[in-house]
Amino acid sequence: MVPNMFDLYLRRRVINSVGLGVSVLAMLFGLFWLGWILWTLLVNGLPGLGMHVFTQTTPPPGSSGGLVNAIFGSLMMVVIATFIGTPIGILAGTYLAEFGQRGWLAPVTRFINDVLLSAPSIVIGLFVYEIYVMKVGHFSGWGGTIALSILVIPVVIRTTENMLRLIPNSLREAAAALGTPQWKIINFVTLRAARAGILTGVLLAVARISGETAPLLFTALNNQFWSTDMNQPMANLPVVIFQFAMSPYEDWQSLAWAGALLITLSVLILNIVARVMFRQTPNSH
Amino acid sequence: MPNFLRESLHKRQTVLDSVFRNLTRFAAFSVLGLLAAIIASLVVGSMPAIHAFGFGFITSPEWDPVNDQYGALIPIVGTLITSGIALLIAIPVSLGIAIFLTQLAPQWMRRPLGIAVELLAGIPSIIYGMWGLFVFAPLFADHVEPWLNDHIGTWPLIGPFFSGPPMGIGMLTAGIILAIMIIPFIASVMRDVFDVVPTMLKESAYGLGATTWEVMMKVVLPYTKIGVVGGIMLGLGRALGETMAVTFVIGNAHELNQSLLMPGNSISSALANEFAEAVGELYTSSLIELGLILFFITFVVLSLARLMLHKLQQREGHGA
Repeated sequence: MVPNMFDLYLRRRVINSVGLGVSVLAMLFGLFWLGWILWTLLVNGLPGLGMHVFTQTTPPPGSSGGLVNAIFGSLMMVVIATFIGTPIGILAGTYLAEFGQRGWLAPVTRFINDVLLSAPSIVIGLFVYEIYVMKVGHFSGWGGTIALSILVIPVVIRTTENMLRLIPNSLREAAAALGTPQWKIINFVTLRAARAGILTGVLLAVARISGETAPLLFTALNNQFWSTDMNQPMANLPVVIFQFAMSPYEDWQSLAWAGALLITLSVLILNIVARVMFRQTPNSH
Repeated sequence: MPNFLRESLHKRQTVLDSVFRNLTRFAAFSVLGLLAAIIASLVVGSMPAIHAFGFGFITSPEWDPVNDQYGALIPIVGTLITSGIALLIAIPVSLGIAIFLTQLAPQWMRRPLGIAVELLAGIPSIIYGMWGLFVFAPLFADHVEPWLNDHIGTWPLIGPFFSGPPMGIGMLTAGIILAIMIIPFIASVMRDVFDVVPTMLKESAYGLGATTWEVMMKVVLPYTKIGVVGGIMLGLGRALGETMAVTFVIGNAHELNQSLLMPGNSISSALANEFAEAVGELYTSSLIELGLILFFITFVVLSLARLMLHKLQQREGHGA
């Protein structure tokens, strides 16, 4: 009996160590890819990243050039899409958190929004192609902007609702006790208190759309030349990277790497800034 | 203040209140409108293809723009196979990462490691695709695929899946890249889900002398089962709809091959490669129908995922 018991303990301890060892390995496995991808980006992207990238437009095959039209196009579309999507997202998120206690609209919207949050972005591209690009008859910067703003909305709704729910009810009650009308309570008390958290959500949404390629393929398409006309096809970093990376020309590929490094750095910085900001909010109250 | 003035002030505020409430309600309603519009536009767009091919569209392996004959079987199978491979790899790894982050890692390591995993999720998918095409695929072709051919390729039954020319690009590569992409999604959902287990429950098990592994397997996992499955479905939803990472490495060939080393196609990469250049109503419409099928599949998977996660949250509420 005694040696048997000993065996049992030993077996349980061995299983425990093996299992935990495997989960440590899994963690290392995950970090390994992050390190490898970032390393590849630095090695391939840094040599191509000079001033010319920011001063010259995308070159025809076989000659050198930069990415300035693509960077400009991406910035335009991302900024305008954020300005379109954010107000709608904040309003809808406010409804879910502040008015959504009764009725069917809030639970259904919440559910659909969560599904849209991870719906395939290429389908959004198809949708905008059908309702906008096909109607106006050509690819355009506005098409890309619309597609990106549709992607912004669910992210902002989710964070706005979550952040408003963190605001203690006593704050609302205190304002109501002073006779404040509800629209003022929400606009000047709860939304203001949740400001930093909502801004975090907006930054995360910007980070998400700046790397999106699929919805731009059939909306903004691409433009080899400098163009500020949102009604024309518009160059943008992701689609340029896609085209240049798939091409057989070395100049193009090295520009694609430089662009990839630019996008990844901006996305990572946005992500980190968003997290640092949100971390500070609990302390400020 | 005279009474009538106060009354008019009060009235104005009531009006503003209802204006604001209806504004937010309208915004919430627009989300539903958006979904309806997406579905409606996809259905309208794919009508010509639905009329021309009917249900045969789903089962036909033909994809011939020259003769205007289209079938969705190859992209559908490609999407399912690559996502399946991705899940096979991603489930155990994300489970390990979540166990490490919630049970093993010292407190000071949890936050930075959690952020690192989330950053991996934040990297745009086109970067995974590029990295896969230029870095991973050549290495895979030179070192892994010959080995697969020589060792597993000769086995009975599963052998044919792993034998073929070592080209680097193909279904298996696409599945592996997808796995790397969805690991952080699944891992962070699992971590959040494991965190809802009441500490009391875990401590009781430890008090009875259970090891960390036993607490994990016999207390935490059974308690969070439904949430874990929800997280996996969420990852599956991502994998099914992922475009750029797959488009770079799947090979974009409308062929049905037994071997996973051969190039194939997925719904999203067929769309990404062909849609902007498609000419003719039937061609465009068939691609839109592919999009409709993709949206339908992901919608079902993601809905199930959300329902499961919601169920776990509700139970958490009752348990407390």
